[in-house]
Amino acid sequence: MISDKVLARLKTAAELPDLRGTRYSVIEQIGRGGMGVVYLGEDAELGRRVAIKVLDDAREARVLAGLEHPGIVPVHDAGVLPDGRCYYAMKLVRGARLDAFLEKTAHLQDRLRIFQRICEPVAFAHARGVVHRDLKPSNIMVGEFGEVLVMDWGAPGVGTPDFMAPEQAAGEVDGRADVFALGKILEIAAGESIPKPLRSICRRATETDPAQRYQSPVELSADVAAYLDHMPVSAHRESVGERLVRFGSRNRTLLALVAAYLIMRLIVILWLGR
Amino acid sequence: MGKFWFAVVVGAALGVLDGLTSWFTPAVRAQLAGIVVGSTFKGAIAGAIAGWFAKKVNSVPLGILVGLVAGLLLAYGVAAMQHGYYFEIMLPGSLVGAIAGYAGQKRQEAKASS
Repeated sequence: MISDKVLARLKTAAELPDLRGTRYSVIEQIGRGGMGVVYLGEDAELGRRVAIKVLDDAREARVLAGLEHPGIVPVHDAGVLPDGRCYYAMKLVRGARLDAFLEKTAHLQDRLRIFQRICEPVAFAHARGVVHRDLKPSNIMVGEFGEVLVMDWGAPGVGTPDFMAPEQAAGEVDGRADVFALGKILEIAAGESIPKPLRSICRRATETDPAQRYQSPVELSADVAAYLDHMPVSAHRESVGERLVRFGSRNRTLLALVAAYLIMRLIVILWLGR
Repeated sequence: MGKFWFAVVVGAALGVLDGLTSWFTPAVRAQLAGIVVGSTFKGAIAGAIAGWFAKKVNSVPLGILVGLVAGLLLAYGVAAMQHGYYFEIMLPGSLVGAIAGYAGQKRQEAKASS
């Protein structure tokens, strides 16, 4: 009798792709996306660990190969397996998935800076006519040194329900669908006690009508940058009180100096008036 | 307006206001005009020193420190000429210099026109 454990191991081994004839060997499965399965592999020639994605067509590899950006996982190599499926080898990203990273990152400013770094490769891809279509925390890795890598490019058009723009269901997709997904990611990054201006940014990014959204990740990121710098946010009409608070946040040193002067002056006046 | 002139203007404006506060002290109220002129001059010089420093060094803490020291030394000079009121003149004077130093550092330098 073969035990269940042995059977499970045999089944796993049988599912591993046949990479004979390539410079790669498969170690284990490390992920599964909508388009294919990702394995941890070893590059025998260069003696390094890589991530190998096996999928039905080579579109994703071609898309990725055309996007050279520090925020997009670089493709090392691509080819066809004996069973006709395609594979490509890419940099093995070490770090945490965005959702796991956000869980252990307490400061809102740190979370927002990571969010801005996500916008950069997406904007870069848009400039080259590539729309991601399936941006979500599980497709974004944050490396050991805070570097952000956006993965899983080349999705055919069907995104993930929680992050998918309304028009995406009808198949009408442009860069603004990614802006919608980024808005949803921003909502997660901003946490539960989300400040008003940031809430307005999320609301504009996730407007049902694409024309009402930020028209690009650059615009969205610029508003987040404005929020971080205590500057006016285009998505938010602030009250006088909010404006005063923002002025105070931006000019803490000046206010402290003026307050010190006034207190000093008052003391001097009282001292001389004795 | 560049860093230098901005700090001079801020120093002079604060000097005017600082001088005007002497109105609250009946003992020196009669000399208000002279105090305002002297205080304005003192603030402008402190601002000039802080503005010059801001053009050379880009550091808010150091800018505040330089303005503070400049204001303090100038106020000491004024107090020494008065033969008194050291505390009353030097403390606010140093803070006027510190604010002018901050203003100089925070001011964006005007871009050279092509």
